[in-house]
Amino acid sequence: MEGDIVQMGAYIGAGLACMGMGGAAMGVGNVAGNFLAGALRNPSAAAGQTATLFIGIAFAEALGIFSFLVALLLMFAV
Amino acid sequence: MASETHDAAGQAASTPGLPQLDLSTFGNQIFWLLVTLVVIYFVLSRIALPRIAAVMAERQGAITNDLAAAEDLKAKAVQAEQAYLKALADARTEAQTIVGQAKAEIKAELDAATAKADAEIAARAAEGEKKIAEIRANAIDSVKEVALAAAAEIVAVMGGKADAKTVGAAVADRMKG
Amino acid sequence: MATEAHGAGEPGLVFHPMDQFMVKPLFGEGAVGVFTLTNVTLWMALTVLAIFALLVLGTSRRATIPTRTQSVAELLYDFVRKMVEDVAGKDALVFFPYIMTLFLFILFANFLGLLPMAFTTTSHIAVTAVMAMMVFLTVTIVGFVKHGAGFLGLFWVSSAPLALRPVLALIEVISYFVRPVSHSIRLAGNMMAGHAVVKVFAAFAPMILISTGIGLVVTPLSILAISTIYALEVLVAFIQAYVFTILTCVYLKDALHPSH
Repeated sequence: MEGDIVQMGAYIGAGLACMGMGGAAMGVGNVAGNFLAGALRNPSAAAGQTATLFIGIAFAEALGIFSFLVALLLMFAV
Repeated sequence: MASETHDAAGQAASTPGLPQLDLSTFGNQIFWLLVTLVVIYFVLSRIALPRIAAVMAERQGAITNDLAAAEDLKAKAVQAEQAYLKALADARTEAQTIVGQAKAEIKAELDAATAKADAEIAARAAEGEKKIAEIRANAIDSVKEVALAAAAEIVAVMGGKADAKTVGAAVADRMKG
Repeated sequence: MATEAHGAGEPGLVFHPMDQFMVKPLFGEGAVGVFTLTNVTLWMALTVLAIFALLVLGTSRRATIPTRTQSVAELLYDFVRKMVEDVAGKDALVFFPYIMTLFLFILFANFLGLLPMAFTTTSHIAVTAVMAMMVFLTVTIVGFVKHGAGFLGLFWVSSAPLALRPVLALIEVISYFVRPVSHSIRLAGNMMAGHAVVKVFAAFAPMILISTGIGLVVTPLSILAISTIYALEVLVAFIQAYVFTILTCVYLKDALHPSH
């Protein structure tokens, strides 16, 4: 019985942790959208900044992956 | 459903949980990763990268050479074009002089021919006039004769007797009038 | 991906999204020792073979006019070299073979992991953490060897107001030490997440065997979802290799030119 409650808590926590992925999605969308807006204003400067774009996306996305990781840990490791 | 999954996973793995967090396999993974990385590093740094760099440098050299050769050929082409244009201009001036000479010659010939023809025409015209004058004189003489004869006849018919001298004078007088 | 018939007799769908990541001995059963030949060994060896085939066998003719494989090899060479030069500077070209090694290993491990039944070596924290720590140590050692104590200027933001600098320094130090963590978890997490999602959708696919009514809807949908996620995973496989490499270059730039 006690174990079931712990498991229930873990699964609820895993579900809650998945909300973080939505935040990462917003972050990635923000980065890409702003890059596109800037690139359309000054297309000649855009080519040199794709590396920065990917770094930004990677940073934004890493945090979403962390929340996914928390969910996985709750599901399988706790 | 969920607890079933958990149980099944627990049975499958010797230790439940994420395979990634199974510390007993870390040593194995790290060992093989290091072996792999060292092998890749040596393959790349000893064989692959120098070879690719050499190939690309060679290609760059070939491109540079070809560009230089193309530049040479272009210069030659420009030279050839200039020579051609010069030859063309020379030929044109020469043609111009030849045409001038020919024109002058033809003109001279033409002038001579014209003069000759003019002279001939003038001679012919003079001869013609002379003939016309002769013919006219002949015609007047004939008319006088006929008039004399006719006048003498007319006078005889009228019953008069005309002496040749008066008739002749009258005819001459009439003819003048 | 590992599709063992776990509990084939039991009714219902079987979800084992994490089984594909298990490290198992290649021959026989038993514990995994340090030198045991495991599926890790197999797939890492395949990675090495693939790299060898592309970069050594593919360029073996040294053609001035490249063949198709040779131009792919040259493309990769140019891509990474330009990245190192542009991001980290000309003096970072000493590290070019090292960075190229990391890039190619991650790229090929990711792509090989996408094959059905494959084992994805880069989905393991142990693997990515070792690579991230290697980068971290390289950057730190190079920084201190090149600049001595001046390397600590990286944490002392001289353009900020004096009062803020200790706080910023603390934040900078923390973010510096978190680097290998995020560096490794990003790659492993991305790989693990994508493969697990594919596996979860794959578990829904045999629904039609259980209930024809629901199955007619669920099975085609899950197959479509697998295809879509798979296409995304192909993209992610490349982008994560690219991101890992470019972050390595960014960190290297910090070590070579700390006063940016």
